[in-house]
Amino acid sequence: MSRYFTQEHEWIDVDGEIATVGITDFAQGQLGDIVFVELPEKGRKVAKGDDAAVVESVKAASDVYAPVSGEVVEANGALEGDPALVNGDAEGEGWFFRLRLADAAELEGLMDRAAYDAFVAGL
Amino acid sequence: MGDPGKTDVVAEDGLADLPLQQLPLDGWHRARGARMVGFAGYEMPIQYEGIMAEHLWTRAHAGLFDVSHMGQLSFTGEGVDAALEAMIPAAIATLEAGRQRYSLLLDEQGGILDDLMVARRPDDIYMVVNGATKYDDIAWMLDQLPDEVTINLMDEQALLALQGPEAEGALARIVPGVERLFFMQAAAFAWNGHALWISRTGYTGEDGFEISLPAQVAAAFADALCAMDEVKPIGLGARDSLRLEAGLPLYGHDLTPETGVVGAGLAFAIPKSRREQGGYVGHDRVARELAEGARLRRVGLAIEGRLPAREGAPVFAGAEQVGTVTSGGFAPSLNAPIAMGWIDAAHAAIGTPLEIEVRGKRIAAHVAPMPFVPHRYHRQKN
Repeated sequence: MSRYFTQEHEWIDVDGEIATVGITDFAQGQLGDIVFVELPEKGRKVAKGDDAAVVESVKAASDVYAPVSGEVVEANGALEGDPALVNGDAEGEGWFFRLRLADAAELEGLMDRAAYDAFVAGL
Repeated sequence: MGDPGKTDVVAEDGLADLPLQQLPLDGWHRARGARMVGFAGYEMPIQYEGIMAEHLWTRAHAGLFDVSHMGQLSFTGEGVDAALEAMIPAAIATLEAGRQRYSLLLDEQGGILDDLMVARRPDDIYMVVNGATKYDDIAWMLDQLPDEVTINLMDEQALLALQGPEAEGALARIVPGVERLFFMQAAAFAWNGHALWISRTGYTGEDGFEISLPAQVAAAFADALCAMDEVKPIGLGARDSLRLEAGLPLYGHDLTPETGVVGAGLAFAIPKSRREQGGYVGHDRVARELAEGARLRRVGLAIEGRLPAREGAPVFAGAEQVGTVTSGGFAPSLNAPIAMGWIDAAHAAIGTPLEIEVRGKRIAAHVAPMPFVPHRYHRQKN
């Protein structure tokens, strides 16, 4: 399984044709206390760059974009009752949704961990 | 996602193009890990450890806020009382030394230009206005006031607020005597030979103090307070969630030149004699709305579920839009979203069910009494 990162601070785990998407630990730290996560419905088709989810912190709402195109096959129901999971474990239990990839070629050009860490260090 | 570090920057009209100024405590905030954002023309600490923790700390202990961006003004000169009364609806002539009042700066149409605190000191009238509006306020007031009255912007002074149930104990430890102040009283004190002007006021709904002091001693004073176990520095983010829970309006959001005093629920700030006799800028609208009622009213909105409604969200009664959210967010002390908005008077009664549109969805809400969290001011018993 490979993990990719975007400049929009999402991570994507790819296992076969299924991609699991979340926001990075850096992103949750910048957002602060997360109080609500609005997730896409199962079956929704999203194109790369579409608004796919919304994360609400105490202070502000932020869009989460689909990092790749695909069809939503699952949303993380645990976030409904416990949105702070994103603060506690952004890159694990705090995942947002799973997609069936429409075009694996879209993964090319995304960053690996080392490249993302360097990107964040340069912000 | 969008740039997560930029989501809570608040742009204020007319200031966006100016370089941001630094607070006297800028380095102090950064050394304590504050995340700094642009607000009201200054780089200000939005949070240190997190808005939720800072908010709850202030409600339980004591939080130290740097509000040095606010405008501290001194008015002196022949006839200053009468000149101020001709401008603002406060009773200045009967304002005793060491007493503070909440008031408003109104335009000729009765629209709100700013909200403010005004106190009598031994040698001047002291006023605190909002940071984002202070230069516009001064320009407006210079036009209104006669030449005999001098306005001094005290930009060599810092302003700190210590708020929360443990604020009195903490502050009295280094400034003995502050415990004798009651809510809306103020007096001169000293710390290490430096003059302090301290009022028992704040913007959180908690008991607490606001301390005006020379900018060059602000860092040492803040250190002395934060050395105490019960005191932590608190950022702008928690200041906003605390004041929202306390039902206190934020100028530029809940109050604007379009809004009036009566609809805002702030008529308490105008004493009876001034309501009846007028003689201040904007009285016609105040008198008319006191007699006839205001068409729109500022109300609290309790929201069902967990999804916060933010500033700008439209409010509906059935198909009809009846208002707009002007402040909204998550209330840490209530563990629920709350909002403040301006609603048609016909739908503004406590308990009225309404719907708020958030990203195309309607969420259920109702008009709720404010404050959302009870005030705990240290009031003098009559």
